[in-house]
This record gives sequence, C-alpha cells and structure tokens, in this order.
Amino acid sequence: MKNLPKVREYRSPVWSEPIIMEMGRKGERGICVPEADQEIKSKVGEARSHIPEKMRRKQAPGLPEIAQPQVLRHYLHLSQMCLGMDTNIDAEGTATMKYSPKVNEALARLSEMTEIHPSQDEDTVQGILEIIYRLDLFLREISGMDQFTFQPPGGAMATYTNAIILRAFHAQQGEGAQRDEIITTIFSHPCNAATAATAGFKVITLMPDENGYPDFEALKAATSKRTAGLMITNPEDTGIYNPRIKEFTDLIHKAGGLCFYDQANANGILGITRAREAGFDACHFNLHKTFSSPHGSFGPGCAAYGVREELARYLPKPAVIYDGQQYHLDYDRPDSVGKVREFLGNIPAVLRSYSWIMSLGPEGLLEVARTSVINNNYLTKMLEEIRGTVRYYAPGKYRLEQTRWSWEKLTEETGVSTMDIQRRMVDYGLQSFFMSHHPWIVPEPFTPEFCESYSIGDMKYWCAVLRTISDEAYSDPELVKSSPHRAPIHLVKYEDLDEPDKWAVTWRAYVKKKGKSALERP
Amino acid sequence: MKKENKFDYSYIPNAAPEIRSEMLKKIGVSDVEALYQEIPEELRLKEKLKLPKPFPSEYELRRHVKSILSKNQTCEDYLNFLGGGCWQHHVPAVCDEIISRSEFLTAYGGTPYSTYGRMQAQFEFQSLMGELVGMDVVSEGSYSWGTVAGNALRMASRITDRQEVLLPKSVGPDRLAVIRNFCKSVLAENSISIRLIEYDPETGLMDLEDLRKKISSNTAAVYFENPNFFGCIESQGANISEIAHAQGAESVVGVDPISLGVLAAPSDYGADIVVGNAQPLGVHMNYGGGLFGFIASRDEERYVAQYPSWLISIAETTKEGEYGFGFTRFERTSYIGREKGKDFLGTGAGLWTIAAAVYMSLMGPKGFQKIGETIIQRSHYAIDSLSRLDGVRVLFPSNAFKEFVVNFDGTGISVRAINKGLLERKIFGGIDLSEDFSELGSSALYCITEVHSKEDIDKLAKSLKEVIEK
Repeated sequence: MKNLPKVREYRSPVWSEPIIMEMGRKGERGICVPEADQEIKSKVGEARSHIPEKMRRKQAPGLPEIAQPQVLRHYLHLSQMCLGMDTNIDAEGTATMKYSPKVNEALARLSEMTEIHPSQDEDTVQGILEIIYRLDLFLREISGMDQFTFQPPGGAMATYTNAIILRAFHAQQGEGAQRDEIITTIFSHPCNAATAATAGFKVITLMPDENGYPDFEALKAATSKRTAGLMITNPEDTGIYNPRIKEFTDLIHKAGGLCFYDQANANGILGITRAREAGFDACHFNLHKTFSSPHGSFGPGCAAYGVREELARYLPKPAVIYDGQQYHLDYDRPDSVGKVREFLGNIPAVLRSYSWIMSLGPEGLLEVARTSVINNNYLTKMLEEIRGTVRYYAPGKYRLEQTRWSWEKLTEETGVSTMDIQRRMVDYGLQSFFMSHHPWIVPEPFTPEFCESYSIGDMKYWCAVLRTISDEAYSDPELVKSSPHRAPIHLVKYEDLDEPDKWAVTWRAYVKKKGKSALERP
Repeated sequence: MKKENKFDYSYIPNAAPEIRSEMLKKIGVSDVEALYQEIPEELRLKEKLKLPKPFPSEYELRRHVKSILSKNQTCEDYLNFLGGGCWQHHVPAVCDEIISRSEFLTAYGGTPYSTYGRMQAQFEFQSLMGELVGMDVVSEGSYSWGTVAGNALRMASRITDRQEVLLPKSVGPDRLAVIRNFCKSVLAENSISIRLIEYDPETGLMDLEDLRKKISSNTAAVYFENPNFFGCIESQGANISEIAHAQGAESVVGVDPISLGVLAAPSDYGADIVVGNAQPLGVHMNYGGGLFGFIASRDEERYVAQYPSWLISIAETTKEGEYGFGFTRFERTSYIGREKGKDFLGTGAGLWTIAAAVYMSLMGPKGFQKIGETIIQRSHYAIDSLSRLDGVRVLFPSNAFKEFVVNFDGTGISVRAINKGLLERKIFGGIDLSEDFSELGSSALYCITEVHSKEDIDKLAKSLKEVIEK
C-alpha cells in the first residue's frame, strides 16, 4: 500500500497521579459553601438539633481534604490521559464516534438549558418543549414512525422500553401470558436479548447463515403463537444489510408479533431507507451516536424511541403535545407504560440533536449517510491490503457504515491477538478499535466505523498505524504482545479483577485488602 | 458529483466533490448508489426528507436555537422552590470545567489504556461515594434513582430467591412508576410484587406497625428512602433494617448523598444495598437531564455477583506501583451474558460520574458537613416562616432535611392557584402533591437548599401571604 502517511511519534502524558483519596492535608478546603445567616441561626438553633439523635453522623465521611487548585490539576491530568474523540481518530465501530459540534455544546450550556427544573410551569419552558416537539417531528420523518419519546437515557433503556411496550400491547390483546418469546439475532446488540429477558420474555437468538445474513429459515422455525416480537438491527454489527428484512417483518406480523428496529446507529441510512417501509412497528435512535450528542465517557446518553400510531398510547408519559399555540405535557394517557426514568430524559442531548439536524437539513443528512458508507468501503480497500486481515462474510458485497473484520490470519501466523493490537494502537495515540460484542462469532474481531466526521487523511493515517502494527506482529510479535509501551500505564493484571480477595471497587476496599502497603507506593 | 451539494459541510470533510470522486474511483464504483445495492428498491426512500431548511452558517444556527431557548424562564431568573428528585444546588465552576474537557466529554468506552483517565476518575467516584454511604462496593453512575432502585430490588429478589418487596407509600410517584416497570414480568408468576407500607400521618415516616403486618418470609426486600420524598429524615432506619433482617429480607435504602455530611451513613443503620441520586453533587438540573443513580453494597461476592453495573476495580500492572483499572466480574453483565446477564447494561452516566467525583473531592468532609447544616437551618427557617401564615401548615415539620410538605387547606385556595399567583411574582412554588397524595389535601412539596438566602425565603413568605390574602 503506497501513499500512506508516515506514522507520527507519540507519547501519552504519564502523570502517575495518586488516587484522589491519597491527596491533600487535613484542613485544606476545595470550595466554600454558603452559611446560614446569623439571624436564621439564632432563630432555628443548631442544625444538629433538627436531626434525630440516632440519625446524626457520628464520624465525618472519610473524604480527602484538598484545596481547589490541586483538585483541578489532578482531574486535568486525568483528562490528559484519556483519548477523547476530539483529540484523536476514534473509529470505534457500532458507536458512531462522530464530531459533536462545539456550537451545540455552547448552546447546551446556556442557563436556559442547564438551570431549568422539569416541574416548572409549562408556560415557563415553552422553548425547550418546542425543541423536544420539533425533534420528535424530525425523527418521525426520518423513520416513518408516528410518535417519539426521549425518556430512555441510553440505547439499552430504549430496547427495554420496547420490551415493556410489547408486554403491555400483548397483555391488552389478552395474549400476555401466551406471547412470551422475543426473537433477536446474534449480531444485534446484546441489550436486545438482555432487556427482553429483564421484561420477562424468553429469548430466541438466531445465528447467521453461512454468508453472515440473518437466517430466514431459522426465523421461520422460531416463529410461533408464542412470538411477542422481533428485536433486530439492520445493518447488523457486521455492516451487512439484510435485504430480506421485509420478509422478516411480514412473517412476524403474520404470526401476530410486533417488530422493533434497533437503530442505535442509523448513520449509513439516513434519508436512504426507513423503519416504516421495512415493516417495523417501533424503532430507536441513539442521539449520542447518529445525532451527534457526545458520548461523555459512557453517558449520559439519550435514546429517541418511536412507534407507529397503534402503539403510541403505550409510550411512557408525559408526551409533549402542541395545540397550535402552546406546548403541553400530556399525562392523560391511561394505557401508557408509565415511566422508564424520572422526568423527561436527558434533554440536553435532544437540544444538541435538534441543532445538529438544523445545521444539515435533508440534503446534509443524506450526505452524512452517503459519506459514512463511502468512507467504510474506501477503508475496506485499504484494510484488505494490510497483512493478516480478513473481511468476514458476504464476499463481493458492499457493507454500509461499518465492517466486521478479523485478525484470524495474523493471529495464526504470529500469535498476536486482536486485543494485543487494540492495546498497541494506544502507543500511536489512537483510540483502540472496537472488537465485537460477545460472543465472538468472528474470531479475533475488529469493527472500524469511519463516520462522516473523518477525512481521507484520517483514514489513511489510521491504516498506516494498523499496517505498522501488522508489520511489528510479523517481525517482533513480543513488542505488540507486551504493549502498551507509550500509554499512561502498562499491561493490567486482569486476573485480579475477578478474585474477591483482590478486587477493590473502592479505595477503602483496596486499603483493607492491601493493608498498610497500599499507602506506601514505591 | 451530485448537484445536491449546495453548500460546504464543515462537519463532513469527504463530502468535498474532488475527494468524493477520488474515493469512489478507488472503491471501483461510479456512483454512491452502487454501494446501496443490498437495499431493495421498494424499501428505498424515493423523496427527499421533509425537514426544514437548515442554517448552514454557525451564526444563524446559534441565533435560531437561542431564539427558541430564550422562551424558557430559568431558575436563575425566577426564585425556585421545586425539588422532588431534581434539585437546584450550586455547581462549582471546577466541576463544569472538568466535564467540559474534550477528553472526557467526547470519550466513549475505550480500554484501560486509551481512556485511563476516565477510568481513574470513575473509580474515584466509587471510592468517594463509598465514604459517604459507608460501603466498600459502589457502582459507576447509571440512569437514575428510579432505575437503580429497580435494579437493587431485582438484586435482592435474586439474592433471597423471593418475589415480593415492600415500599413505603411515600416513594416519589415518578420513582415508583419506574420501579413498577422493573418489577413486572410477562408472566405474573415471574413478577416481583410490590406492597406499599403506610406512612405515619403525623410524622411522614414509615408506619412500623403496618410494616410488621405486611412483612413475611416471602419478602425479598424492604426499601425506604432517607430523606424520603416528603423530605423527612427517616429516623427508624435501624428498626426497619432489623425487621427486614429478622425475616431474611434485604434492607435497601435510597439516599440523597448531599445529606451525608450530617446524616448517618446507611450502613450505620443496617442497609444491605444503597442506591441514590447523585445529581446534587455537581450536576446542573438540565430539565431533569442531570439525574443519575448509583448502587452500593458491602464487599461480598453474593452482592457483587448480582450487580448489573460497571464496577471499576483498581488492579496492578506489570510495572510495580502503577495503578491500573479494569471491570470486576464483567461476565455478570449483559454485554457478555446477553439474556443471561444481570438485568441490562449500556451507556450510563459517565460524564456526570466524573462531575460528582470532582464535587466530592472539592467538598471534603467539612464541605459536606457545612452544606448539610446550612440546608437544614434554612429549611427550618422557611418552615417557621411559612407556618406563621394564616391557613398554612407544614405537615411534618420536625424532621425535615431540605424538603417539606406545605398544606394550604386552611386557605381554601388550591395549590394550582397559589402557584399561579407565585409565578406572577417570579417564583416557582413547590411541586403540587394534591393528585399523587390526595390524602394530604391541598399540599405542595417545597425545596430549600444552600442556594436560597434568607432574603429569598422572606420573599417567598411575603409573596405567599399576598397570594393567600388576595
């Protein structure tokens, strides 16, 4: 592969920061808080006198005492040892690590967003209700669904919302006890299986056919009068679009079930194809993926969950409605499943997504989809040329926004695994690729996703790093296996994490288990 | 190149026509349409999406969004006494500074090497929270108080192999609605049944007689909150835990962690599992978006094995003295176990977790003590002031922390009308309880925190007087 850029020299900051619990000295203060006026104090007396004796804190909490500059410096150092999407090329597949425009961040930090309370009178929150309502309308158009809720604070909570709505629907039809099975596929996100099970369904998981497509014959065999519904992704984690999807949804409907489309990541198909035409009754989008709200070190997310008219009455309440003049919160929804989270959800994400769509419009969204698909297939051309890679399944077929790859060949030939390569990437200043959800049907997997935010230069650079690591694997496998070498830390002893006498999920547990030596670092 | 490319997309570098052509050429297709060949024609959208005309310039976009947002009135413009699970506290500037950092704001999962800093910060959240609640295991931040309470009750059900839980009738309606969903199952025999325990009409605290009557060897857990939804400090925690334990049930306690500088840690009164809402610790209300929950317990395998959550553990690395991090017993989660995992796990509240770590580090033991004292003193000052108004009564006045129930029956005016009157005076009155707790009559839940000065409280009392006497 010619024309790949030179791999840069990179060293992560290594601050060897202590744990915050080890910092500070008695008497230091990080922030001063208001005190009650003297007049209040003399009127109501000591605060203690208002706390029942046995509920008084006998021993002050064992928090550290640290002055403000040192707290700030500590957390800034920690941030410097964290590869956020803004600071590197972050192509973690299934996650759609796209650019979160700074202007939207600035809008989300206005007090008109941050300093409003969810129980305020409707008249005083017309602005945010308008934004919620308008994003609902946009997503109806993008998906073909008829109404959305933003209450689920993450993608898994949206699939859970779907599971309990299916539960409510079948119960209302008088088939609640009979329809106790949900069908999903192994390449749909594991939360579909997990949330269906949490809602009380039995889960049937379809394995792919030899070409990696969801197996229609297997679906036929699994479908019955017990089928409550189908919960499925398309394209799946493999990036392969299931062209028979309408046959899938038709079959489920014929059996009396409902179909849910996990569109956490819909980046490759915005404006191209919709849930409605494919026969789905419900779908969800992760606003923190496709619609640009930042991932925030694993949340807070926000999932927009939408349904067709027939299911709208089951949506969590309240709904945001518009009477032509004013926006209202409608609680009068007797068939609603109630709440999946308190209040209305993570609304700053709704604001950012609204603004993102308003910056792009219909043509822009189409460009997002097309660019992400072009990027992925362009990447394929480059990755194919890297020694040791295998593109799994469906030869000759294009993938949409991501592709499941395997290092199987490289591992066989060098002993270097995908996890070794994942760690080694950090030595070059790149966020590790996403491997695969479990179980690993594809051996030694990796799943890159270059959404529209990345330039051709970014992609070439990323490939240059992978090619370098591949070369290292063939010439000096130990170098890769013992990596990372230029990261904030060295190889973690994972075996400690699962041993009850060794794991330590808090500092106090660590000190108890380690004894004094915990406090004496070399 | 398609003619649709009407303007430059500043977020989409490869939409530039020259680059686009070069890429398609390398892929070996003449048009992007060829890449969509797997999508059947009948599923293809034939028309352009009907969306409004966009604002391609950042200036116009900002102006547009700001003009909509400006229709909101904020709790900075108005005097706010709303709480009920989303509370107005001061957010230290350092908290905002840290979570505005691109490195944290835009990171995802990564590995202990690529996102080392976020894992340490989140381990520190667990450690700091562990000190407040007095527990050795604390989860990373999750969706909300209601969802973690649901998780905790399901944990208790699995631990005890029982399918009934007892909750006080005073649990907040939103929270209870979430818990109900978590306890329900497709088949009735797999559901966890919820029985509500009466509260004492004099004190607002759990009615222990009713608890004794309803608890049995079928009870998986007794859940209660401290302070409870009415704002009352539940002083019978030790008794409740004792009653639960005598029947082999778990004691599950929900807390507002900002109270824990002055209130006893739940571990001191027998809690087995602790949950709570950490939004007060350095996260703005965000119209309710700031909420997030956590779960804590003793460091026992039978508890750890049942967590659905991320549990970040400290670990050694190949270099002596270096701190590494990783996930404890990750195979228990749904990421590995799918339908066999414990409940489910996904993107939670990572950024808020970091904000709360910063907050707890800044506050220290003294800060938590001081803020607790200030809140209590101001709340009781407000209770005293409002109680003096004609026809106004505070229902459970003696054991309030930062919220309390104000009854307006004696005024003959509905809470709705009173709140309208207050609104005209730029005040957000307390949450109307008349529907959800009709037994309390015309009542509202008022919230006082460290952001309310004496003048603010005096203004509330004066305005209420005006509204009532009008």
